[in-house]
Amino acid sequence: MSDTRIKSNVRALDPRAVWESACAGAETRESSFTTLSGAPLAPLYGPADAALDPERDLGYPGQFPFTRGVHPTMYRGRLWTMRQFAGFGSAQQTNERFKFLLAHGQTGLSTAFDFPTLMGYDSDHERSEGEVGQVGVAISSLADMETLFDGIPMGEVSTSMTINGPAPILLAFYIAAGENQGVDAKQLRGTVQNDILKEYQAQHAWIVPAEPALRMITDVFGYCARKVPQWNTVSISGYHIREAGSTAAQELAFTLANGMEYVRRGIAAGLDIDQFAPRLSFFFDAHLDFFEEVAKFRAARRIWARKMRDVFGAKDPKSWMLRFHTQTAGVSLTAQQPENNIVRTALEAFSAVLGGTQSLHTNSMDETLALPTEKAVKIALRTQQIIAEETEVAHVIDPLAGSYFVEAQTNRLEQEAERYFAEIEKRGGVVAATESGYIQREIHRSALAYQLAVERGEKKVVGVNTYVEEGDGPEIEILRIDPEVERDQHARLAKLRKSRDAKKAQSELDAIRAACRTNENLLERFVSAAHAYCTLGEIADVLRAEFGEYEEPKIL
Amino acid sequence: MTERKIRVLVGKPGLDGHDRGAKTIAAVLRDHGMEVIYTGLHQTPDMIAETALQEDVDVVGLSILSGAHMTLFPRIKKELEKRGMGHVLLTGGGIISKEDMQTLHEQGFARLFGPGTPTEEIATWIVAEMKKRWANEGVQR
Repeated sequence: MSDTRIKSNVRALDPRAVWESACAGAETRESSFTTLSGAPLAPLYGPADAALDPERDLGYPGQFPFTRGVHPTMYRGRLWTMRQFAGFGSAQQTNERFKFLLAHGQTGLSTAFDFPTLMGYDSDHERSEGEVGQVGVAISSLADMETLFDGIPMGEVSTSMTINGPAPILLAFYIAAGENQGVDAKQLRGTVQNDILKEYQAQHAWIVPAEPALRMITDVFGYCARKVPQWNTVSISGYHIREAGSTAAQELAFTLANGMEYVRRGIAAGLDIDQFAPRLSFFFDAHLDFFEEVAKFRAARRIWARKMRDVFGAKDPKSWMLRFHTQTAGVSLTAQQPENNIVRTALEAFSAVLGGTQSLHTNSMDETLALPTEKAVKIALRTQQIIAEETEVAHVIDPLAGSYFVEAQTNRLEQEAERYFAEIEKRGGVVAATESGYIQREIHRSALAYQLAVERGEKKVVGVNTYVEEGDGPEIEILRIDPEVERDQHARLAKLRKSRDAKKAQSELDAIRAACRTNENLLERFVSAAHAYCTLGEIADVLRAEFGEYEEPKIL
Repeated sequence: MTERKIRVLVGKPGLDGHDRGAKTIAAVLRDHGMEVIYTGLHQTPDMIAETALQEDVDVVGLSILSGAHMTLFPRIKKELEKRGMGHVLLTGGGIISKEDMQTLHEQGFARLFGPGTPTEEIATWIVAEMKKRWANEGVQR
């Protein structure tokens, strides 16, 4: 009797109204609260904020729309691949770093190239001066690629290569190096970034204009579908868009818009969508706003699945799956009190894991100062290993599903992405929206807004605008690139040009020139030229002569 | 006499594609009333010095995150001097170690800024430096 009376009294009071009146007028730390990307946040989320049909919007792991993950067993079956991005100095130095990482339990390789390589210049080009081996490894020919993988069984490791403008050329070097190790291209596993649209938009290393660049990308799709079937032919990347200053919603929207453009181009080139779409992969940033990031990963999977099945008509469920690599946010790291970066990276990595990533790179604490030292890299790798082995979070799939807040954020990000898709469509598609500078301007605007919010103290950065320490702080060891690397590369290239069959190399370059003027598959030609030891710069020079060079639109 | 505006060239030397900082600082300096010319990416020392001359700037600010600053910065300074632009206020920022900053300062770079520097601090510094210079030259400000 008395129990019933108490219950009805409570009901009469309406707990929500009680809570709202308790909050009304109460003092809060800030006048308004937003996500890291500036989206407004409510103090509390409930069922009404997270409207969804679980069957339709979440499904099951390994099933459409893959919101809960791409594999039925997720990390119970196999942990994510721990893949630290590495590369500096000469091919030989990076080869040693690769072996160091493999010896410490890393499960895949990831190659960073220097700027000359990223822009399609040989190490001895005049524009390469001072840049050789600085931010990545210098690879000018098949000979350098052979050194890079010396003693590493290319049929057993999976390798990711962060290269875009000259991606088909570097992939050709890799395929040729494999063949010279006696490994058939069918056994090669890995990823080439090969995402030129986000280069124009954010990362800015390119060779030729959009149309010929997109043609080469579809050449890679076509060639790999036939000859390198385990290779991920593109890694459609939001990482650089986010690092350039975009919001989470912009990262999501522009990346998926780029992905859809590649699909359209593949179809237009006469390829069967279910032949190439299963090899498309993605690459996202894991930033500091934990819940927004988890929601972003979940939204990405759901949007892609819906577009691929319902808009593009892909039939193979593998074509619907958005598989992705994640890197923690380089821009979130601070030069001030650099050890704090270990904690930032750990929190970011945690969101990537709860968001269901397939592979992960964790940044090193010293990366705002220089390339990471071995010690810093090892701590970064151990961070992943601690999450994987000690926290027990890998045993349950998509553990944040059903959280009112996370589902509401997932829905919001999907809606914001849809608004951007419509805007891009209105502007004539993603290529036109890039060539006009629209996407770059959107990113710039967000970057500026964030910087000013930090300077006004609205967004806090420990060590930078709060908990600031006077003085220089502890000195940390810095990895420096020996200028000897550049001189050695010059000597290696001179030797290569002297020792190779010059006539054969020239005829390969002529064949590439001819292929540029027809529909012939350029990757096929590049593999053949790689074997003749044509250099990156020589091949890229043919492309520049035939197709012209990309020019960035002025947005300021 | 109307107030003379500070003319700033924001330059991105080398093959480095990281332009978030350069574009941010260009926008902020413009908001501080300066005339800002942004070069765009992938500039050679020659191109930067030539633009500085054509635009008759007072300040050249360089942004670099590729590690090539010890090669490119001194060369830009030399190219500026060749064109009679040795007087400009030379500054910049990026991933530059303290030792390198010191070396470049000794070579004539007024001040270099590292990651995390508030843009407000850079703008205020440029205004103060130019005021000093113009006061010395007797230019009305």
